[in-house]
Amino acid sequence: MHLVYPAVLAALLFCVGLYGVLARRNAVLMLMSVELMLNAVNLNLVAFDVWLRDILHAGQALTLFTITVAAAEIGLGLAIVLLIFRNRGTADIDRVGRLADGDETTGDIEKESGATVG
Amino acid sequence: MTLTLAILVPLLPFLGALAGLAAGRRAPGLVRPLAVLPTLAAAVLAVLVMVGLGPGHHLDAATQLTPTGGLPITLSFHLDGIAVLLAVLVTVVATCVQVYSTSYLREDPRYPSYAALVSLFTAAMLLVVYSGDLIVLLVGWEVMGVCSYFLVGHHWERPDARSASIKAFLVTKLGDVPFLFGIFVLASDAGTFRIDGVVAAAQTGQLPHATLAAILLLCGVAGKSAQFPLHTWLPDAMAGPTPVSALIHAATMVAAGVYLVARLEPVFLRSTAALVVLGIMAVITMIGSALCALAQDDLKRVLAYSTVGQLGYMAGALAVGDRDAALFHLITHGAFKALLFLCAGVVIHAAHTNSLTAMSRMDGLRRRVPDAYATMGLGLAALAGLPPFSGFFSKDAILTAAEHAANGEALTGGLGPAGNVPCWLGWTVLIGGLLTALLTAAYATRLWLLAFFPVRRPEQAAAPVAPTAAAAAALVSDEPAGPVEPPAMRAPLWLLAVPTLALGLVGLWPKALPAWLDGVSLTPSPVTWPIATAVALLGAGLAWLAWRRAAARVLAEAETDVGAAADPAPLLLGPLLAPARVGFGVDVFYDRVFVRPFLAAARLVSFLDREVVETYVKGAAGTPGLLGRAVRRAQNGNTQGYLSALAAGVVLLAVIVAVAQ
Repeated sequence: MHLVYPAVLAALLFCVGLYGVLARRNAVLMLMSVELMLNAVNLNLVAFDVWLRDILHAGQALTLFTITVAAAEIGLGLAIVLLIFRNRGTADIDRVGRLADGDETTGDIEKESGATVG
Repeated sequence: MTLTLAILVPLLPFLGALAGLAAGRRAPGLVRPLAVLPTLAAAVLAVLVMVGLGPGHHLDAATQLTPTGGLPITLSFHLDGIAVLLAVLVTVVATCVQVYSTSYLREDPRYPSYAALVSLFTAAMLLVVYSGDLIVLLVGWEVMGVCSYFLVGHHWERPDARSASIKAFLVTKLGDVPFLFGIFVLASDAGTFRIDGVVAAAQTGQLPHATLAAILLLCGVAGKSAQFPLHTWLPDAMAGPTPVSALIHAATMVAAGVYLVARLEPVFLRSTAALVVLGIMAVITMIGSALCALAQDDLKRVLAYSTVGQLGYMAGALAVGDRDAALFHLITHGAFKALLFLCAGVVIHAAHTNSLTAMSRMDGLRRRVPDAYATMGLGLAALAGLPPFSGFFSKDAILTAAEHAANGEALTGGLGPAGNVPCWLGWTVLIGGLLTALLTAAYATRLWLLAFFPVRRPEQAAAPVAPTAAAAAALVSDEPAGPVEPPAMRAPLWLLAVPTLALGLVGLWPKALPAWLDGVSLTPSPVTWPIATAVALLGAGLAWLAWRRAAARVLAEAETDVGAAADPAPLLLGPLLAPARVGFGVDVFYDRVFVRPFLAAARLVSFLDREVVETYVKGAAGTPGLLGRAVRRAQNGNTQGYLSALAAGVVLLAVIVAVAQ
């Protein structure tokens, strides 16, 4: 199989993931999009490992490593999202800007989140 | 033994002041004893020190607490006849003032701090009197300046008291700066700060900069003793309570300047220029202040200007080289001026006004305050220099000294070369002194007549016309037959009346006082005393005649002009009245020349600071603020916004790298 197929697939997956991270409002969906981006990288690693016929299979080893890290990351991220949801009643990424440098632009958002907290 | 007692003399009032301040709030019952007893004890001890020292002796004691580098500063006492006599005067007057104040300020809520400050004032003056070291003397000198600031501003609710206290402080400090440098010049010439060392150096002619030192010292003396260019604070200081005026005018503060010149008289005798400056200053001061005193309407201001004039006499005596006469006058003046101020307090208390014009319309003041009436008469006679009273003898001693100096044989008492006193200076002081004697007798008579001899108007019997509603109410409501003042206010008057009457007679006894001083005779000389007495009687007579004419005019115009007063001053002074009433405009002149340009400069500096310098500061602070506000817009808390920027950045970098390759 030619290398271009997995490479294009990985690029598409990465772009979908990037789009999801930048465009989705829900924190869980953002985390899922991050997973998509990570897996696009994994796909690249495996594909290049095979194409380069690496004796040590460094690409595959790195893929296993990435999967482990991604599992830990998603566990941590979901725990945070869960806590945010419990505290604020929402997992909407736009509404958790309380630590932002308060200025007039986020005033309305602050008010909304304040109301939900109260 | 004498030394231990002498150390206790300034220490007791000082400890009394500390204890009084500490006890003020917690134990109000202790305040009065703590005010009176230490001062009284100091008075007794001062007398014991005087007796223990004996005439003609002196006692020096010094200890150095710590080496200071350079010239050593010693904690030293120099007790001689001058110091012990003056200490007795200071403590006696301070005791009278403290006793008087217990009654005069009975209702005052700030009495504890007042009494403590009076004690501290006394202690500082005693330190000046006993100190044998110029720097230690300066400490007492400055403590007095601060105390006078607080005491003159005792009624700080009133704006005139506030401004008077600030004025007193600033004007005396203006003189104190050159004074400090004068001490340094003197010490660097003589190689010591000890007064006996400086005097010894002066007598052997080892002071190369005697003129400079003497003139610098004179600035401080003019400030403290209220001599001509710096005299303006003293009349304004009348805003303080009357006992404080008695203390400042009689025994402390103003006496310090004269005392210092007397102490360092050998230095002044080294320099003709300094003597001339001192003499001219004295003559201008005495004539000007006597004219002002004649025109004043406020009882206390008349007395204040008379103090300035009498200090002028003392400065004149020092200028012609006779410090014995100056000290004699200082002591007698201390007694009768304290008496006059305490009397003025009683009179003002009874009349409810300071104004002589108002008093001249008030019936029965003589009956209400018989003690003050009698003792004030004695005090004014002494002030005018009428023969049997103390002021006559001391004033005549000064005139005698001036007369000798005019003949070229100044009575320096062996302190310095008599040839350094120019003859014309003797003539100037003599003529100025006689002219002032005339004016002094006139204003003393005027004060006496206006305060105690009301002009009876025909309609007054039916309906008394009182000057103010308050005074009228006071006169009508409480008119007791006997004296209205408590004994604590009357006893000091009679106590001070004794030296006022008798102290001058010491001058008749040729050896009594000179033995304590430098041995210069203080008996009235047959050349000057007939002239001085004639001049004083002439002044009193003129004032009386003018008063009679003024009274007659008041009676004649009684129907048309109800407000007229039988004031002899307009007749006596003529066109000089208006300028004399405002102190010849010296205050206005200083205001125009110094105060207003200074205030304008201060406003300019304030404008530059606020409008120019602060603009830079505000600009420096504002620009980063604006930048920060612009940058802060990026920090909106939107994670996806950040990530978008990050992704765009990565793409941009990738493109740049790709294009660059």
